[in-house]
Amino acid sequence: MLTVLKTRILQKHRTMPYPKGKPPLLPGRFPGRPVIEDKPCREGCRACTAACPTGAVTFQGGGGIVLDMGRCLFCRECERVCPEGVISFRGDHRLASSSMNGLIVRPGDPSETPGELIAAGFPFRRSLKLRQVSAGGCGACEADCNVLSTPAWDMGRFGIEFTASPRHADGILVTGPVTRNMHDALMKTWEAVPEPKIVIAVGSCAISGGLYRGHEEQLEGVASLLPVDLFVPGCPPHPLTILDGLLRLQGRI
Amino acid sequence: MGIGTVTGRAAFLRNAQRIPVGSLPMTGKEALRDEVAEKVRLGARLSALTVFRNDRGAPTLLAVLSHPSSGELEMLQAETGGSYPSITRDCPCANVFERLVHEQWNIVPEGHPTLEPVRYPRGNPGTARFLTIPGGCTHEVAVGPVHAGVIEPGHFRFQCHGETVKHLDISLGYQHRGIEGMIPGAPPNRVQHYMETASGDSTAGHALAFCLIKESLSGIVAPARAESIRAVALELERLANHIGDLGALAGDVGFLPTKDYCGRIRGDVLNLTAAICGNRFGRGLAVPGGVASGLTGDEAMDIRERLKLIERDTVSAVELMMATPSVLARMEGTGILPEETARSLGLVGVAARASGIPADVRNEFPFGIYRFSQIPVCTWASGDCFARASVRWLEVRQSFSFIREQLECLPGGPEKVPDGPMEPGMMSIALTEGWRGEICHMAATDESGRFGWYRIIDPSVHNWHGLAMAMREQEISDFPLCNKSFNLSYCGHDL
Repeated sequence: MLTVLKTRILQKHRTMPYPKGKPPLLPGRFPGRPVIEDKPCREGCRACTAACPTGAVTFQGGGGIVLDMGRCLFCRECERVCPEGVISFRGDHRLASSSMNGLIVRPGDPSETPGELIAAGFPFRRSLKLRQVSAGGCGACEADCNVLSTPAWDMGRFGIEFTASPRHADGILVTGPVTRNMHDALMKTWEAVPEPKIVIAVGSCAISGGLYRGHEEQLEGVASLLPVDLFVPGCPPHPLTILDGLLRLQGRI
Repeated sequence: MGIGTVTGRAAFLRNAQRIPVGSLPMTGKEALRDEVAEKVRLGARLSALTVFRNDRGAPTLLAVLSHPSSGELEMLQAETGGSYPSITRDCPCANVFERLVHEQWNIVPEGHPTLEPVRYPRGNPGTARFLTIPGGCTHEVAVGPVHAGVIEPGHFRFQCHGETVKHLDISLGYQHRGIEGMIPGAPPNRVQHYMETASGDSTAGHALAFCLIKESLSGIVAPARAESIRAVALELERLANHIGDLGALAGDVGFLPTKDYCGRIRGDVLNLTAAICGNRFGRGLAVPGGVASGLTGDEAMDIRERLKLIERDTVSAVELMMATPSVLARMEGTGILPEETARSLGLVGVAARASGIPADVRNEFPFGIYRFSQIPVCTWASGDCFARASVRWLEVRQSFSFIREQLECLPGGPEKVPDGPMEPGMMSIALTEGWRGEICHMAATDESGRFGWYRIIDPSVHNWHGLAMAMREQEISDFPLCNKSFNLSYCGHDL
C-alpha cells in the first residue's frame, strides 16, 4: 500500500491543462495543416502531384494546386519537391471538419482557419459515448484514439468515452478504409446504436480509403456507406487533432 | 551486402543478401517437404513457405529456413504442378503458410489437416468450419469481429466446458486490404507507405526490413549514422509497445495504477519518435539509402535527457506492478505455452522467448547497427503470462540502455546516400526483429528492375496459433489477459 502511494507521488498529476490552458507542445517536425501560397507555380511544374502517393494533391487549371486532406498521408513529399515553396505544412493541429469540403485546401486559404463544425442543436454536448469500429487499416488510428483515454489526455473530463457496446453509444467512431470483410460488421454495429446517433471518421483511410483507395478489397471509407458528422484527417491523426475535433463538435472550444 | 551462394539443391544467403533469381535451384516437391521437416526438427525456423512467381514462368513453392546456428537463410524451391505433399503434419509451423498457399494460389497441400481460409480474399469472413466437440456437454462462445475495446477486428470461437476453454479457433481476415498484391507495379512512392502501414504499430520494423531489401537489390549500403538512427527508432518502438503492453496487462488484472502510468509513458516514448521524424509511429524516417531526417547533436542530447525521465517513470510504474502479489498471482501459471509446443508451432519474438526459446533476429541474424552493437537475448522459462510480461520488462531495460549508448556515440558522416535503381532479376530476403518478433520481407525484381514479387511475413502470422494453444484448459475469463500477453497484430496478419 505504501509503495502504491509512494509511486503515486512520484508519478505526479500529469493531465494536461488543455483546453483551458495551452495545448501540449508538438515537435518541430510535426506536419500539421498544409498551406498553399497564392503564388504562381513554376511554368509547367507538376512535381507535387507526381510526388503525392495518394492523389491528394491535384492541379486544377486556373484554380492552381488543391490539396485534399481527406486523402493526405501528411508525408510532406509535395512540400519537399516544390521548387517554389508553394506548399508548406505549418504545424497547426486543428484539421477536423464536419464536411468533406472543409478538408480541401486551396491557394490562399488562411493557415489558421479550422473548418466549421456543427455546435447548435448538437445533442451530445455534455456527454458523448462512442463505439469504436476498426474497419481495416493499420491499427495506428486505433492506437491514437486509445491514447485519449489515458490520464495525460483524460477525454472523460469532457464526458467523452468509448463504450464496450453499441447499445450504450451515441455514435460510432470508424477507422480504416472499410474492408469488404468488415462491411457487414460495421453496418450491424451502426444499426445497433440507438437514435439519435452520429458517425465520426478518423484517419485518411476512414475518410477516403487513404492509401488503400482503389484496392478492390475495400470500400473507400465510411462516407460511402453512412452519413459522417465529423472527419478527422491524418495518417494517423495526432491525438490532439482528434480531441480538438471532438471538442469543437461538442461546442466546447 | 554481398551475394548468396548456391550449394546443392538450396541457396544460402546472409540476412539481406541477394541472389540472381535464375540461380535458385529447383528441387522436387517431395524432397522439399523432407528437407524442411528434417531441418526444422534439427532446429531451423521456417521463416516462410510461400509461392514464388516472377514475371515469367509457373508459380513455384518456396521455403525459407533460417538457421540460428550458422546465421544463414536457406531457400528451397520446387515445382508443384497444382499440388504437393503437405508439410504440416510433420511440421505444424507450416500450417498457416500452407493454408495461404492454398487460398491465394489454389495449390493443394495434399494431406493438410484443415485447409480453412486465412484472409478471406473472396469475402465471407468467419465462415470457417470451427472445431466443435460432440456430445452436448460443451457450449460455444463467439466473440468478435467487433470487440469491447478499441482494438482491431477478429473472430474468436471458444469451445467451453463450464468456464474452461477446451479449444479456441481464431478466424481473421477482417483487416485484409490487399497490400501484397498491390506492391508489384505500384509507384515507388506508394510502396514505402504500404510497408509503413503493414502493421501500424510496427512501422519501424517493417520499414527497416523494406529498406534492407531495397538497398540489397540496388547494391547500396546505408551509412553507419543512418543504421544507428534506424535502430534507435526500432528500439523506441519496442519501448513504446512493451511499456504499453505492461500497462495493459496491469489493466487486465485490475491493477489500475500501473495501467494508467504506463498508458501515459507509452505516449511519452511515441513523442520521442515524433521528435526525430515528426510522426509518433516513425513514418517517413527509414528510407532506402538511410534516414529522411537526421539528428543534430543537440537533438540527440535532448532525446537522451527526456529518455532519462521516461526511464525513471517506467521503472517506478513497472516495479510497482511486479512487486504486487495480487498482480503476480493472476499472471503466474496463466496461459502456459510449454517450450515444446512453442517450438513445434514455430513461435517467434517475445512469445517464443517467454517459452524459453532464445530466438531474436538482432542476435541470430544481425542486421544494420546490431552487427556491431550486440544485444543479448532475454528469455524466461515458464511460458505463462508472467513470463511474457517479464521478457518485456527485461527488454524494456535493455532498450533504454541501447538507445542511450547509440545516442551517446552516434557515428559521424552522412545520414543518407542516394537511392539507386534495382538490379533486374534479383531476389533478396531481409529479417528484422520488430517488437513482436521476426519480421520477414522477401522480394524479387522483374526484368525491368521493378518489384515483380513481394512477400511480407509479420511475426503475428507465426504466433496466433500460440495464443490458441495457450488458452487450452484456461478459464475463459482469462482470455483478455492471455490475448494481451501475446498482443498480436490483426492487420499484419491480414495485410
